[in-house]
Amino acid sequence: MDGFARTDTVTDQRDQGRGFRVPKPPARPGETPDFSGINLGEPGKLPLLDAEAPVEAFEPFHHDLLRVLDMDGKAHGDWAGLVTDDDKKTALKAMIRTRAFDARMMRAQRQGKTSFYMQCLGEEAIAVGATLATRDGDMQFPTYRQQGILFAKGVDPEVMMNQIYSNRKDPLQGKQLPVLYSFKEYGFFTISGNLGTQWPQAVGWAMASAIKNDDKIAVAYIGDGATAEGDWHQGNLFASVYRAPVLLCVVNNQWAISTTAAFAGADKNTFAARMASYGLPALRVDGNDLLAVLAACRLSAQRARAGLGAVGIEFLTYRRGAHSTSDDPTKYRAKEEVEGWPLGDPIDRLKQHMIVTGLMTADEIDTLEKDAETEMREAENRAEENGLVHAGQGAEPAAMFEGVYAEMPGRLREQMKEAGF
Amino acid sequence: MSETLSNTKTMNMIEAIRDAHDVAMERDDDVVVFGEDAGYFGGVFRCTAGLQEKYGTSRCFDAPIAESGIVGAGIGMAAYGLKPVIEIQFADYITPAYDQISQEAARIRYRSNGQFTCPIVIRTPTGGGIYGGQTHSQSPEAIFTHVTGLKVLIPSNPYDAKGLLIAAIEDPDPVIILEPKRLYNGPFEGYHDRALKGWKDHEDGQVPEGYYTVEIGKAKTVRAGNAVTVLCYGNMVHVCQAAQEEAGVDAEIIDLRSLLPLDLEAIETSVKKTGRCVIVHEATKTCGYGAELMALVQERCFYHLEAPITRVTGWDTPYPHAQEWTYFPGPTRVAAALKKVVEAK
Repeated sequence: MDGFARTDTVTDQRDQGRGFRVPKPPARPGETPDFSGINLGEPGKLPLLDAEAPVEAFEPFHHDLLRVLDMDGKAHGDWAGLVTDDDKKTALKAMIRTRAFDARMMRAQRQGKTSFYMQCLGEEAIAVGATLATRDGDMQFPTYRQQGILFAKGVDPEVMMNQIYSNRKDPLQGKQLPVLYSFKEYGFFTISGNLGTQWPQAVGWAMASAIKNDDKIAVAYIGDGATAEGDWHQGNLFASVYRAPVLLCVVNNQWAISTTAAFAGADKNTFAARMASYGLPALRVDGNDLLAVLAACRLSAQRARAGLGAVGIEFLTYRRGAHSTSDDPTKYRAKEEVEGWPLGDPIDRLKQHMIVTGLMTADEIDTLEKDAETEMREAENRAEENGLVHAGQGAEPAAMFEGVYAEMPGRLREQMKEAGF
Repeated sequence: MSETLSNTKTMNMIEAIRDAHDVAMERDDDVVVFGEDAGYFGGVFRCTAGLQEKYGTSRCFDAPIAESGIVGAGIGMAAYGLKPVIEIQFADYITPAYDQISQEAARIRYRSNGQFTCPIVIRTPTGGGIYGGQTHSQSPEAIFTHVTGLKVLIPSNPYDAKGLLIAAIEDPDPVIILEPKRLYNGPFEGYHDRALKGWKDHEDGQVPEGYYTVEIGKAKTVRAGNAVTVLCYGNMVHVCQAAQEEAGVDAEIIDLRSLLPLDLEAIETSVKKTGRCVIVHEATKTCGYGAELMALVQERCFYHLEAPITRVTGWDTPYPHAQEWTYFPGPTRVAAALKKVVEAK
């Protein structure tokens, strides 16, 4: 089990209810981190599956952990064969650029250029790895922590920043929050702020693909906390019932703002096992291991394209940063947890792999990082020239009345006039 | 109204709705129909009967009892490019899908600045008069008309039911159609103790075969008159006609048909002419759709009014079982209101 919760011992007299229990994290601020309840498996242990393997063949993957890279950067086992050297280079670059973008935007938020930002620090391998397993025409249904998709797909960071600044060139004309992007031409579905709603939507998109005898697939993401929503359960059921070609990715980063995954039941059973209970093949994967992420998604995508339906994938990772710039995790978790996470950092691990295998030198990686920093700084300068909403340089006010419907109804035309436009 | 002229056929509302699906599915391969019991069986009210047999299981299929999942999946299908037509078995069961409808379907076009759209249709039987008790009788239109981004329709006869459904399927935005289940088999004037009437003797039970649409956003004046304007929809259109006869007043009865968007022009023209207005709906009173109608009439026609605007609605109770006809705003209550408003000085 993923025991990221304190063992049930009552130490406070006030908590002596008749068996009543409220899960507690293993460590609060000032306490020692404890990840001992989490099954970490071992690299190379689980056998490679055939993409068309029967659903029972996935059973060993429900509680164990699919890992390729060890903590010294070496790859183990046959799953590694699903990832090419070019994939690794492409992924490393996209992951480094994602992190550089986040760092730049965190700083911009502190400087007051935007009210709000959400980084994906420590989770870059998941969105980037999954994206490398997709093709043009597929559709991903992300949450707010999969910006890595956009760097893997080649979106211009200036355009993303224009939205974060809600400025005159904001592609969404100020209608949506910073970071809740929409990039249809890059197969990136409009992000909702309501958690979990994208899950059955992704399944529906995939059902449509199957109905049309198409080989396109959908990819859905959800955080551990939001799996408690009914939409997660209904989406899993629909994916299983209709055999929809969709990758169902649970990003288990241990924390949903201040509550642990135990509030979504993770200490009772793994998310992989729970998806399997709907009859879906499911894998539990080291989300900080790019090779394992990409290998798992590639095999799952191949299976879905072959008409064998959905695969549930739980990615084990750790939310290194705050939930958002409005959050302060030092108030509720031990800060030592960040460095103590047993599966390390995805970028550090991939860098090490590149170096120990001779695919890249430390100098080449250093150049990549410097280039990414320069790219993001320059993109930010350009975005800032397009204005900042808080400096009164936001999207056109009148634009707010447009696009509620395909055609503006009479009542909105009237209200627009009343507002002075 | 656009119409390819054809022969008409007597249809009840169920047959008209089924026919609308058939016409739309025949014309466009992207139209898919699904819902609880909507596939093989053809729906508990039989509105999708025969479609699976004719178009196959990929185009008309059953769904799990999971309304949020049904609508969520429909939204995804629409994003792919299909035109999903969803049946929610009873309007009372729609609330689990409210998040997907009100915050997803209604908002996807806006929040993506037009990159993604959501052309889905959700049909659901509404209203009472069938001894359905509180979970098979409610009229939840106001929880949808409050949501910008949606369109909300409620037909009162077979002709409109077919024409509006085809128009909704062709509409580029999400449309909710509330179908008064008490009208499926015949017009109902609210006299529960009288013999049932069928649609065969009713003008609007004569439905053209083939393709036609009824324009969304246009009301229909079912009786012209000068003494008072009656705003109603669904079941109440027939109740109001009976009440007019009982009261013997020269009422102008307007079947709104489309609650969002609303045909304000028709309302304004009529109330300015009659100077009096009675609003009738079956849903509970407080914050019901009638409150919005009352506000609009007040804003636009205040200086033409000769009497207070009056509402006749269901009481603010859950829909009771044994007391159905006390709850139901029948012709006697409506007639009394008509007389009172017309006689007010």
